[in-house]
Amino acid sequence: MSFSEIEKNWYPEGVERCSLGKFMKWLAVLGVVALYGFFAMLVCFTYGLGVTGLDNYFGFGLWITFDLAVIALGAGAFFTGLLRYIIRIDELKNIINLTVIKGFICYSGAMLILSLDVGQPIRSWFGYWHPNVHSMLTEVIFCITCYLMVLIIEYVPLILEQKQINKIPFLHNLAHQMHVVMPLFAGIGAFLSTFHQGSLGGMYGVMFARPYAFRDGFFIWPWTFFLFVLSAISTGPCMTVLICGFMEKVTGRKLTTYRIKSLMCKIGGTMLLIYMVFKYLDTWAWINDILPRAGLTFDQMFYGLVYGRWLFFTELVICLLVPVIFLLTPLRKKPFFMYSGAILACAGVVINRYVFTVQALAQPVLPFTKWEIYSPNWAEWATSLMVIAYGFIIMSLSYRYLPIFPQEVGLNKK
Amino acid sequence: MSGQKKEFPITWGMVIDIDKCTGCGACMASCQTENNVEPQRDASNKLRSTSWMTVYELTNGKSYPDHDIAYLPRPCQQCGNPPCVSVCPVIATEKNENGGIVSQVYPRCIGCRYCVAACPYHVRYFGWFDPVWPEGMEKTLSPLTSVRPRGVVEKCSFCHHRWTLAKDAARAAGKDPEDLADGAYVTSCVQNCPSGALAFGDLKNPKHKVHELIKSPYAYRLLERLGTDTQVYYISRREWVRKLGDNYLKSE
Ligand code: SF4
Ligand code: SF4
Repeated sequence: MSFSEIEKNWYPEGVERCSLGKFMKWLAVLGVVALYGFFAMLVCFTYGLGVTGLDNYFGFGLWITFDLAVIALGAGAFFTGLLRYIIRIDELKNIINLTVIKGFICYSGAMLILSLDVGQPIRSWFGYWHPNVHSMLTEVIFCITCYLMVLIIEYVPLILEQKQINKIPFLHNLAHQMHVVMPLFAGIGAFLSTFHQGSLGGMYGVMFARPYAFRDGFFIWPWTFFLFVLSAISTGPCMTVLICGFMEKVTGRKLTTYRIKSLMCKIGGTMLLIYMVFKYLDTWAWINDILPRAGLTFDQMFYGLVYGRWLFFTELVICLLVPVIFLLTPLRKKPFFMYSGAILACAGVVINRYVFTVQALAQPVLPFTKWEIYSPNWAEWATSLMVIAYGFIIMSLSYRYLPIFPQEVGLNKK
Repeated sequence: MSGQKKEFPITWGMVIDIDKCTGCGACMASCQTENNVEPQRDASNKLRSTSWMTVYELTNGKSYPDHDIAYLPRPCQQCGNPPCVSVCPVIATEKNENGGIVSQVYPRCIGCRYCVAACPYHVRYFGWFDPVWPEGMEKTLSPLTSVRPRGVVEKCSFCHHRWTLAKDAARAAGKDPEDLADGAYVTSCVQNCPSGALAFGDLKNPKHKVHELIKSPYAYRLLERLGTDTQVYYISRREWVRKLGDNYLKSE
């Protein structure tokens, strides 16, 4: 039997997949992108971060923006887990596997970038050994590591369900046992994840000498803590739907019903509406209280094209109000509006993370300094693309060999 | 949320008379050599070069004959309520008991640059590359300060090794090291300023000149309204210079 014949036995029961040759070509293209990024990573490790476009003005740049955006979009995992296992919306079982894999990819990818972004990666463990309990970043370090472990625990039973692996009685039982305790991990995951999504926002909100990002708040948490949680849980489910839709387009097969996708978008849209209310209140307080206290005006927060006012309106209107309408009204029944709504919502969270990371630092706080422009260079782009390619590879392999979509067989019956 | 303000019996501070500063840059050069700051390979990119002490040029923005300029030397402001300290995940920077000087522990820093983001005065510098001293120049290295590896953040420390030396000298002379005379401990930039624009001492000690200087009606601090409560004071008799110390709304 040829290898391509054997390979067919690895597919989940009753599904069809593209030819091995085609799949290999697809992997090869992704592999080239990943390798180029890996090369850039080695260059950064060897020569230091001087090879990037970062400088003393912009200690944070594309990498941190990318990390925060990816982590927010990966939030579908914990939130969907919470709804599926704790609140028991049973229908979500048809998409939960996808969200787990997506979460795993997003978080492991973010960790990879973070290891690049610290100047002394070998000392990263100091975060656990010499923690500063007052630092939001300490909270992030702890929660993200723990949550990545939870995601791995959630991903393992999926791998064990692979047709050939599942034939081994021990692994079959193990997978079953792990499924039984999954609600527990979903709970832990939801807790950890809420906290670090919040602390990521808190990281900016506590910078009291940076009026662009600073926010007053509740107890030790600035408002950005809650806003980041809300924006993550509203865009996470949307991102899952986009990935699912994209996979259906690429593979030409139906993977879940429109009903499930629509339900996910409805959940995302509802959270987006709550987020919108708070974000508008927050923006109002920022303009009328925080900025005047710092002696600054709204106009002074914007400059040129890359820090322009258009970002503000795009984020708060086009990527917030518009998707809320698309996702929460009967418009959602039409695929065009549903997918557009999801895309806009995700774009909004990316803009939000960008302005908090880059614009907050570019805004001149000292009256005698001026706006500086940051542009990421090849090393930062290549490594970020590497993570995206890595995500595609993991997703492709998982789709080909693991039974991710319980409805796939039924939906594609000829 | 803002950090917690701590009080110190000895509070080292600097007073900079902007009207006396000629912008010569002697403070920058003396800081550079005193603290083993790596000779810059390419100092053309000011956002990448390291200079713990930097002199800013201020202008009133008017044209001749009303045009006026001033120079503002900027060390670490040693904030009383430092935005940089509470954010550091590994306690690599701290407002400890040492005269209110914000310390920076290089072997502890992981180089996350969160402190760089939090400090509005741009006093923190990251090591982008391994430091290299050109052949022969390593002889200029001072044994009193460590050389930083790449990948950590560094900043002005008010030459605190000089404080240790001053305390040792006081002990040897049988005097109280906790009550140094005015001038027994000064930073390198203060010592080498040719125009006497810089003064240094214990802000709380009535026997020190700076204690009086900060009471001047012309004294102010940078970005006072943000609540960083700095230990560096500036003096200028020109109103427009003082105005550039903070952000003001048109109505103010
Ligand atoms: S000036 Fe910057 S580095 Fe120095 S203490 Fe203040 S915030 Fe920290
Ligand atoms: S760069 Fe170093 S000193 Fe600054 S916050 Fe990170 S670990 Fe702390």
